[in-house]
Formats: sequence, C-alpha cells, structure tokens
Amino acid sequence: MSIEYRVGGIAPSILRLAKPGQYQVDEKGYYGQFGGAFIPEMLYRNVAELREKYLTIMQEPEFQREFTQLLRDYVGRPSPLYLARRLSEKYGAQIFLKREDLNHTGAHKINNTIGQILLAQRLGKKRIIAETGAGQHGVATATVCALMGMECVVYMGELDMQRQAPNVARMRMLGAQVIPAMSGSRTLKDATNEAIRDWVNHPEDTHYIIGSVVGPHPYPDMVARFQSVISAEIRQQLLEKTGSELPTHVLACVGGGSNAAGAFYHFLDHISVQLIAVEAAGEGINSGRSAATTVLGRPGVIHGSKTLLMQTDDGQIIEPYSLSAGLDYPGIGPLHAHLHQTGRATYLQATDQEALDAAFELTQLEGIIPALESAHALAKLKDLELKPEHVVVVCLSGRGDKDMDTYLRYLPKEFRTEI
Amino acid sequence: MNRIDELFARKQKNVLTIYFTAGFPQLHDTRRILKALQDAEVDMVEIGIPFSDPLADGPVIQQSSKQALDNGMSLRLLFNQLRDVRREIHIPLILFGYVNVVMQFGIERFLDTCAEIGIDGLILPDLPLDEFTHEMASLCADRQVHFSFLITPETSEPRIRALDEASSGFLYVVSSSSTTGKRKDLSAMQPYFQRIQQMQLKNPFLVGFGIHDSMSFQQACQYSNGAVVGSAYIRALQEVHDRNVERVTRDFVAYILQPIRSTF
Ligand SMILES: Cc1ncc(COP(=O)(O)O)c(C=O)c1O
Repeated sequence: MSIEYRVGGIAPSILRLAKPGQYQVDEKGYYGQFGGAFIPEMLYRNVAELREKYLTIMQEPEFQREFTQLLRDYVGRPSPLYLARRLSEKYGAQIFLKREDLNHTGAHKINNTIGQILLAQRLGKKRIIAETGAGQHGVATATVCALMGMECVVYMGELDMQRQAPNVARMRMLGAQVIPAMSGSRTLKDATNEAIRDWVNHPEDTHYIIGSVVGPHPYPDMVARFQSVISAEIRQQLLEKTGSELPTHVLACVGGGSNAAGAFYHFLDHISVQLIAVEAAGEGINSGRSAATTVLGRPGVIHGSKTLLMQTDDGQIIEPYSLSAGLDYPGIGPLHAHLHQTGRATYLQATDQEALDAAFELTQLEGIIPALESAHALAKLKDLELKPEHVVVVCLSGRGDKDMDTYLRYLPKEFRTEI
Repeated sequence: MNRIDELFARKQKNVLTIYFTAGFPQLHDTRRILKALQDAEVDMVEIGIPFSDPLADGPVIQQSSKQALDNGMSLRLLFNQLRDVRREIHIPLILFGYVNVVMQFGIERFLDTCAEIGIDGLILPDLPLDEFTHEMASLCADRQVHFSFLITPETSEPRIRALDEASSGFLYVVSSSSTTGKRKDLSAMQPYFQRIQQMQLKNPFLVGFGIHDSMSFQQACQYSNGAVVGSAYIRALQEVHDRNVERVTRDFVAYILQPIRSTF
C-alpha cells in the first residue's frame, strides 16, 4: 500500500497555516489559557527566530519534498494500520493499531526529528541538542544527526540511562554524546532542564530538538504538526479499510503528549471521535509515586510553557514517577492542558501494573511487544465499554525492545519457560 | 522614593549588588546575611527565591536552591523572615525568582507583600515582556515596586529599548549568553557594554552573570553603573564551616572591591 501524502481532504497538515480553530495555537502562542513562551532572555532570539520562520520553512515545497521523501524512504512511512483481530475479539470492538513501533528507530519520535533537523539546517545551525526520557527521542535525534552529519548532544536523566540502557548504547554508536542529568529525580524533567541550559550557553550555532509537544511556543505547535502525519495516515487508511475516515475512539499515551497530539490532530474538529489520552499513574494516582498530571496538576509554568503541572503549594515542581521513562514527566503539553480543560479529550490514567499487564497481553494475543509507554494506552481498552460497532485506533507509539529488562523483571508466571 | 532610585541618584558608578539564595546555607540565615552584607557596605541585595527547576542558573545556584528547599524554604517563609526587615536593613532589596512560584502565590498578593515589607525591585527572568505588560506593570507601578528585565548580547537594539522602557530601577545586562556562575573574561565584552552605555537608556544598568573577582567586577563596571555578584558569593558561603557569615561576607566584599577603591 502506498499513501500519497497530498491526496484527498487530508493533505499534510504541515502544509497549511494554522486555521484559527479552538484547538489550534493562537498568534500569541496560546491554546486557550495554556502555552506561551516563558523563557529567559538568553533564549529569546533563538525562540523568536523559530517562531518567525517555522511555518514559512515548513511550507516550502523543497522542505515538503525532503520531509515526505525521508518519511517514506528512511522512516518507512506510512506505518501500517493493523486490525488486531484477537485483541478486537477480546474487547468486542474493531481495534486498529497504528504501528509507529515499526518506524525506523522504533517509535513515533522520528517523525518530529526528521522535521526539526531539516528546519535546523535551514536555520544554519551546526549543533543539535536534545533531551530524552525513554531514549527513543534521543535515538531518533542521534539518528537524524548521523544522517545529516551534525554534532549531537543528548541529555538524559541518570536514572533513565540505567533503565533504558540499550538506547544509551544506540545513541553512542550513532555518534551522539550522552550527558547524564544528575539533578532532581534524574529523569526526563531534569534532562530537559539541562538541555535548556545548554541552549542558553550556546545561542549561536545550536538548535534544540525538543522531543514532545512541550516547551515554549512555537515548539508545541511545530512538534504537533510534524507528528500530525500519524492522524493524516489513519484517516486515509481507515477510509480504505472501513469506508469511513473517522473512528469512534483514538487512544494514545501521554508523556509530554506528542504521539497523542499527532494521533488526535486531524480529528480535533470532528467531535464524533472520542479522543482518549492515557497518563501514567505509576503506583497509583494518590500513591505519591505517579505522573498523573491532569489529576494532580494545577496551572503553572514548566520548561517555558504555561500548562498543567504537578507542583507543591509553594510552586515547586514535584518529582514524578512512572515505571515508564517516557511518561515520567510532571507536566503535559499546553495543547493537552487545553483539550483537558475544554473536555475535547478525555484523560485516563494507567498504573505501572496495568501497563505491564497490557504489554504482556498484546504480546500474547498479537505477537507484538509494545513499548511500556504505549502499553499505557492499551491498558485502558478494558475501561471503555466498547461495542462491536466501535472502531478504535490505538497509537502504538513504540516497540518494547528497550524495555526488555523491565519486562523480564515483571514477567508473569505463564510466560516463564522451563529451563 | 524607591530605594533603588535613591541609590542611583547618589551613586552612578561601581554599584555593588550581591545575590544570595534565601534559606541557604541554613534556613534562617536570611536576616543574618542581609545584615552582614549591609555592614560590609554592599549597595544593594538580590534575594533569590529558591525554585526546584531554575533554568537560568548554573550548578552553584542550582545547588544552593536545592539545599534551601531541602532546608524547608518557601516563599511564604521568606516573607515571614522579611516581615520587619526594614527595622535594620536600609539598602535596596530585590527579589529574584522564577515565575511559577510567584504565580502560585498569586501575583497581586505577592506584590502587596513586597510593598508591605519594603521590597524595592523584582527580577523574574522567565516572565515574558508581554505577560509583564498585561499582568504586572501597573500593579508594580501602583506599589512603587520596580521591575528589571534582562538583556543579553543577542538582544536586538529595538528590543533593548522596549525592555528598558518596561523596566524601572535599573536594567540587568547579562554579561554573555550563559547560565549563572560561568567565570569568564569580560574584556571581550567591553564593546557590548559600551554599546549599551551609548544607547542612553532610561534606566541605569548593572552587569551580572560570571562576575567573581575584583578583575571581573572592574571590567563589568567600566561602562555600566555597577555589577551583580551571585555564584561567587554562594561559593564563599558554602565554605563557611565555622558559621561565621559575617567574617566571610566582609572578606568576600573586600576581595571584590579592593582594587576598585584604589583605581577609582
Ligand atoms: C514509545 C514512546 N511512546 C510515548 C512516549 C511519550 O512521549 P509523548 O507523550 O510525547 O508521545 C515516548 C517517550 O519517550 C516513547 O518513547
């Protein structure tokens, strides 16, 4: 099957200027009350340059050509939309998996890094920095840097370097320098702090490839546009498979929210489509070890953006927790804060255990080992009151290779083969 | 009259401002440090409100913020410590903090408390100009609390003018694009400081970030009205093993100022 990105009513979103809709960013960089660019002056010039140029660059025919060509020939897009038969039987609905796990490097993250590296080249940048949690964004960034021959520095929480060790090795083999973030809980938030500080110290030649729909405007909008290819393809693939472009439900996990933003993007204005985002509840929402931002958070400022944020009464950011390094973040992107506040999307929470169970279930039923992050989305199928006529798309944001250590540690008895 | 304005009316050169993080090294050192700085004849003090994720700060101030928070510091407690500070401290006081902490406290309540206590100025490095103009400018003006924006070598001239226009008290000139605490040779930055001086801005300007000894202080002051020292003082405080904050402060200020006194 080949998908021509420019066909039909779903030409790639990045071609279009944001149409003023209630779920699009406004000219000041806000989604409703959330967003903005709360950055120190040291970052102003770089962020302003990006804000002034990103839409123009993204609409250049040459950019479009290179972007779509790389997505097709290098990433392997379109990613399949797979009707998961046994999973569908089990939950009594038609369940499709959007196979972002089959992308080159194993997750949706590369859709964004391809876009941003092309942008960085056009901005004349020589050096790339990134933060990473699960390491998928770090790998995707190191990959495009190798591809384009650019210097790459990735910040990663020291704890995450331990729990996602295979990805650290991959980044290093790809030529990236991986710098451990030692502050705070030594996870994604702290890695992002260090990446931002690096950018403060290198204002001339460096572009910061943020890995999710977080950060100061225009990052959330830019990353959402690059990831919107996910829902553009879903619509076209559903049309071919079911005769309708619109599913009844779209599910995706939310760390910062980029795979969810991409999976929701072209459905935002179609209110018949239920958008369901799943956050990490860690050991339980009220256990004190959780990353359930929409439940535990209040409006605040993190990493340059006003959004929902887990914090103390004094405004100190709370160290989040999730077994999954990619969801272990105390905020969510401002688009999600807005979708939550307006009720356009529903935010559910899955615990570590629910995610593990869902990962083992998918493996058993479909022969697909999902990333622990993606397993959070799968984990909520059981809570949806599904009916046979429902068409559910789950964004399988990544594959589970990086999580094998964790999976083996929690392997249920029935999986243990006798020696 | 705001004490910052009084200061600059009286003194236009070599104004020494020192930054420290509230709640560091010990939770209740705030008043003692302020007194020590005043006794050492520092011109103005920037009190840092600790924040869990200080993006503009290098390792030294990050560490002091973390320790302060671990000690139990909060904005509420800081305000309590400062309640009757004006009985003994007469030099201008500035609060330096990140916008989230202020937002959670409530902007209006924050400014009311600042005015009550006698805080003269504010620096919130991650508050955008637009937000300031719409949310804070008139509230600050009503209470005669000044607000200083940062500029860097990357800030364009029209933007410098806009930030100067929105600022009051003084403009904060970041010595080079960096986080706090990077020691650097400022001789290469002289054309930048000179350019700012020649712009004839509305506000006096202070140079900060990376000022750590008498040499860098002198270089920072050549074209400016003065300089801000932060991380270097925090480092000195880290080394106060006998808890003699007074002696350390006196020695530190003498170390920063000495050649200046003979040169100018
Ligand atoms: C496979 C996978 N899914 C999801 C995420 C979470 O990021 P986001 O919420 O931006 O999609 C990550 C982050 O590392 C990831 O690796």
